[in-house]
Amino acid sequence: MIDREQVLHVARLARLELSDPEVERMATELSTILEHVERISELDLEGVEPTSHVVALENVLRPDEPRSSWPRERVLEAAPDRSEGAFRVPSPQAHA
Amino acid sequence: MSDVLELTAAEALERIRGRDLSAEECFEAWAAAAAGDELNAYLWRAGGASDDSTGDGNGDGDRAGVPLAVKDIFCTEGIETTAGSRILEGYRPPFTATAVQNLTEAGLRVLGKTNMDEFAMGSSNENSGYGPVLNPWDRERVPGGSSGGSAAAVAGGLAPWAIGTDTGGSIRQPAALCGIVGLKPTYGAISRYGMIAFASSLDQCGPLTRDVTDAALLLRMLLGPTPGPDPCDSTSVGIEGGVELPSREDLGGLRFGVPRELSSEAEGIEPGVSEVFERTVKLIEELGGAVEETELPHAEHGISAYYVIAPAEASANLARFDGVRYGLREDDENLTAMYERTRSAGFGAEVKRRIMLGTYALSAGYYEAYYGQAQRVRTKIVEDFGRAFERFDFVVTPTSPTVAFKLGERVDDPLAMYLSDYCTVPMSLAGIPAISIPAGLAQPASGGPELPVGFQIAGPAFTENAMLDAAYALERAIGFDAAPPTVAG
Amino acid sequence: MSVPGDRWEAVIGLEIHVQLSTRTKMFCGCELSFGDEPNVHTCPVCLGHPGTLPVANEQAIRYALMIAAALDCEVAPRSIFHRKNYFYPDLPKGYQISQYDIPLARGGRLGDVRIHRVHLEEDAAKLIHVGESGRIHGSGESLVDFNRGGTPLVEIVTEPDLRSAAEARHWAQLLRTTMRQIAVSDVNMEQGSLRVDANVSVRAPGSDELGTKAELKNMNSFRFLERGIEAELERQASLLDAGEPVVQETLHFDPRTGALTPLRSKEYAHDYRYFPEPDLVPLAPSEEMLREAREALPELPEAREARYRDELGLPAAVATQLASDGELSVYFERAVAASDGAEPKTIANWVTGELAARVREAGEEDVATSKVEPEALAALVAMVEARKVTHGAAREVLGELVASGGDPAEIVERKGLGAVSDSGELEAWVDAAIEANPEAAEQVRGGNPKAIGPIVGAAMREARGRADGGEVTKLIREKLGAQ
Ligand SMILES: [Mg+2]
Ligand SMILES: [Zn+2]
Repeated sequence: MIDREQVLHVARLARLELSDPEVERMATELSTILEHVERISELDLEGVEPTSHVVALENVLRPDEPRSSWPRERVLEAAPDRSEGAFRVPSPQAHA
Repeated sequence: MSDVLELTAAEALERIRGRDLSAEECFEAWAAAAAGDELNAYLWRAGGASDDSTGDGNGDGDRAGVPLAVKDIFCTEGIETTAGSRILEGYRPPFTATAVQNLTEAGLRVLGKTNMDEFAMGSSNENSGYGPVLNPWDRERVPGGSSGGSAAAVAGGLAPWAIGTDTGGSIRQPAALCGIVGLKPTYGAISRYGMIAFASSLDQCGPLTRDVTDAALLLRMLLGPTPGPDPCDSTSVGIEGGVELPSREDLGGLRFGVPRELSSEAEGIEPGVSEVFERTVKLIEELGGAVEETELPHAEHGISAYYVIAPAEASANLARFDGVRYGLREDDENLTAMYERTRSAGFGAEVKRRIMLGTYALSAGYYEAYYGQAQRVRTKIVEDFGRAFERFDFVVTPTSPTVAFKLGERVDDPLAMYLSDYCTVPMSLAGIPAISIPAGLAQPASGGPELPVGFQIAGPAFTENAMLDAAYALERAIGFDAAPPTVAG
Repeated sequence: MSVPGDRWEAVIGLEIHVQLSTRTKMFCGCELSFGDEPNVHTCPVCLGHPGTLPVANEQAIRYALMIAAALDCEVAPRSIFHRKNYFYPDLPKGYQISQYDIPLARGGRLGDVRIHRVHLEEDAAKLIHVGESGRIHGSGESLVDFNRGGTPLVEIVTEPDLRSAAEARHWAQLLRTTMRQIAVSDVNMEQGSLRVDANVSVRAPGSDELGTKAELKNMNSFRFLERGIEAELERQASLLDAGEPVVQETLHFDPRTGALTPLRSKEYAHDYRYFPEPDLVPLAPSEEMLREAREALPELPEAREARYRDELGLPAAVATQLASDGELSVYFERAVAASDGAEPKTIANWVTGELAARVREAGEEDVATSKVEPEALAALVAMVEARKVTHGAAREVLGELVASGGDPAEIVERKGLGAVSDSGELEAWVDAAIEANPEAAEQVRGGNPKAIGPIVGAAMREARGRADGGEVTKLIREKLGAQ
């Protein structure tokens, strides 16, 4: 139901690198799960409002008051690669 | 000293307040017990060999409390916090979760961080990046998940009490499989700030304790000094009026609904579990409660809706693990390759599976069929409960269709694993509170020694106090006093 | 617009991002900043640390509602935030919190351009490309500075109502003036607090379907905006002329070369997987919030222009010129307030005419910042109206005011430029002029009024600008008995 190509496409969207065996396994497992999940597509829920949240809250806002930011050393401490007070990454412009 | 370990947290607190026991002694006794962890329940222990933390997770609380075990999904400043994932190995959060902050300010010291299914995705704790947790009742079986470490620690005498998180049953199911009390509060009752997100619209933290009184006490402390919303969490509301300790002795005047979809008639519920459930329902009547069958017509679709909504939210929540600002990084000259290699090396199989599932469900062309439809099912489930609560004060079900299953039994069958949450997922989707209490022992369908069975009570949103009262009365009537063989009683 | 040969009609829509000038970021308490050291305005929330949660900035909502009101939009009774998912180093959470199918506001207009939608979102961080370090292809590195990450943004999308690059530029300027007027943003294109992208396509004149559009980015000044659109229109026109199709793409404008280069897609196969942001609750602006937003609005350029035209009776062109320039309109209104008697129309003419000319001559920035106080200008205009100085003398006074400021009356006094209507002195000049031009005088007496020119000229020379030409001519006629 979900084939190799779809698995590779989704893996790319999700930035996951899957080995060939992983791709095969993923295809079968996702298919089984989706088959079960798709039972809901048989329900006629025409006109039913979707629920994305159960809390009945609105307009939860924060006053525009500055809170002190974090010391840069502390912020960069956890970074796998840093340089000149910034986080270093491979250039996104280098490759598409 | 060891008799300290016999006390419930509430009892221990009594003695500390009455100066019959010093908080220090109490902490030491439990630290020693925790040090004997043979269940792989802890990932980090205060003062343990691996303790090179830069903090102790304790705010400026007076510490005159009873120590607790904290699921490793809660950020604790200076203490490694991994959410059971290799991608966060060595990560020391720059802040402490509001819930933990509230507890440490109430004087509770962090005894240790407990093992869990990676990013709370699992029902057996076999998905931890740091090895499975063993069930103290039978070390060849799983403790349930995802809060399996917390449940095993409390059941196994390695912690007086603990906190965990519940997204689809992750507190209630392991509590049931380990023979302890597990409470999932109403969505929004406790701040999620600092709780590493799995599925933001479902995640809620709560207590895993020896008894209902401890659960109430810990819930009260989790709320913090003011039971209102946390300014750091737009979706938190607190519990109006706070939490009272339960005292009710009968169930007179209370009406309990038994949804046929989630009880004896439902497929996949073990005979042993049904038997204990029926027995408990009789007890409710003996205590004066009125029990009637009811229906939750869409509950059977809970799992389907849940396994679209939760993975979808998770696929976005886990996008931040990209090797740029913290955590694991697998270097490469190509940015995309760096992302892909980092995430593939850092995430385990189940997490990848859910990210794939969620990404697929949200991707162009599939949104309406999966995510949109799942949200509508969620609406129907909310309505089902609403209708049930017009006639009943509570809805009761078995917590888990089965007792603890064998390690490895379901790892190759994700769907079977997902179905272990069959009875707990609907309440999560509706955002209502539910508690699991140990109701007895039963043999697994496959035979073998008897294992704990959990009984679930669910009520309308923010009825924690009434629910705890009912659970308390029932707990006394059940008189569950069995202990795991591995705990020298 | 005239696309080469007028064979094609330009169809242009703009997508504008406005950085709000709140004190703190959209979802955390970090202060906004510009040009500071990298990563000194960050916290676990805007760095997307695990477990952190967003809480919306009240002031950002207020500003957004003011923008919606200024653009005459319909505010959604209940709008929600969505997650826009894609991986990029400037996006700490792997998704941008934005709005999708239910934006804050819809369907307004500014000038004669319709607004499609207005929504709130968070800005991305800044990527500094250290660039290819020569070695292997793809060995380039970038540094991420999260100071800007999380800055509140309002995105404004217009309908494709603009018909030329110049129109687009002028409308964008009107939008900036409007944003500046309501003080919700610095709207500085160079610094990126105002970013204007353009969706450009061409079609056969009169056709009502849309051609394939190209999206133009990175035009960080109004001049570049116009140049970029101009260039793209020409490119598309010549493609179509050559019978080649226009392909939908995103083009990056290079300010140095003015060239448009195709931008590589940010996300493999654009699929943002939008879904409702579960960490935030819906936004349902109360009647009070909406009223506050409306009441917080000052007079906007459009309204002001109408008032100048209809109430002050200014010519349309002058009204537009004054109204669209915030400082200039303030200057003009101060002058009008200070003037007793002088018509606003007259003052407007002096402001946009003589004064503007003198200021330009002096090589100065603009009228509003010149040494000429609006009150001084008003006084000078009043003197001219009262014939206390002649127009010519006033021009000289104005020159002096632009050069060194001061009080016009004092300058007139000091330079002896006061107009003279005292008949004695006037007569003396006229008699001298008649004497100096006997033939002309004869011809005038003989009934040839045209011959009066040289005599008037001579008299005016005598008066050195202090006499009024009209009066001089009148007096000469009397003396020569001419009708
Ligand atoms: Mg945008
Ligand atoms: Zn911040």
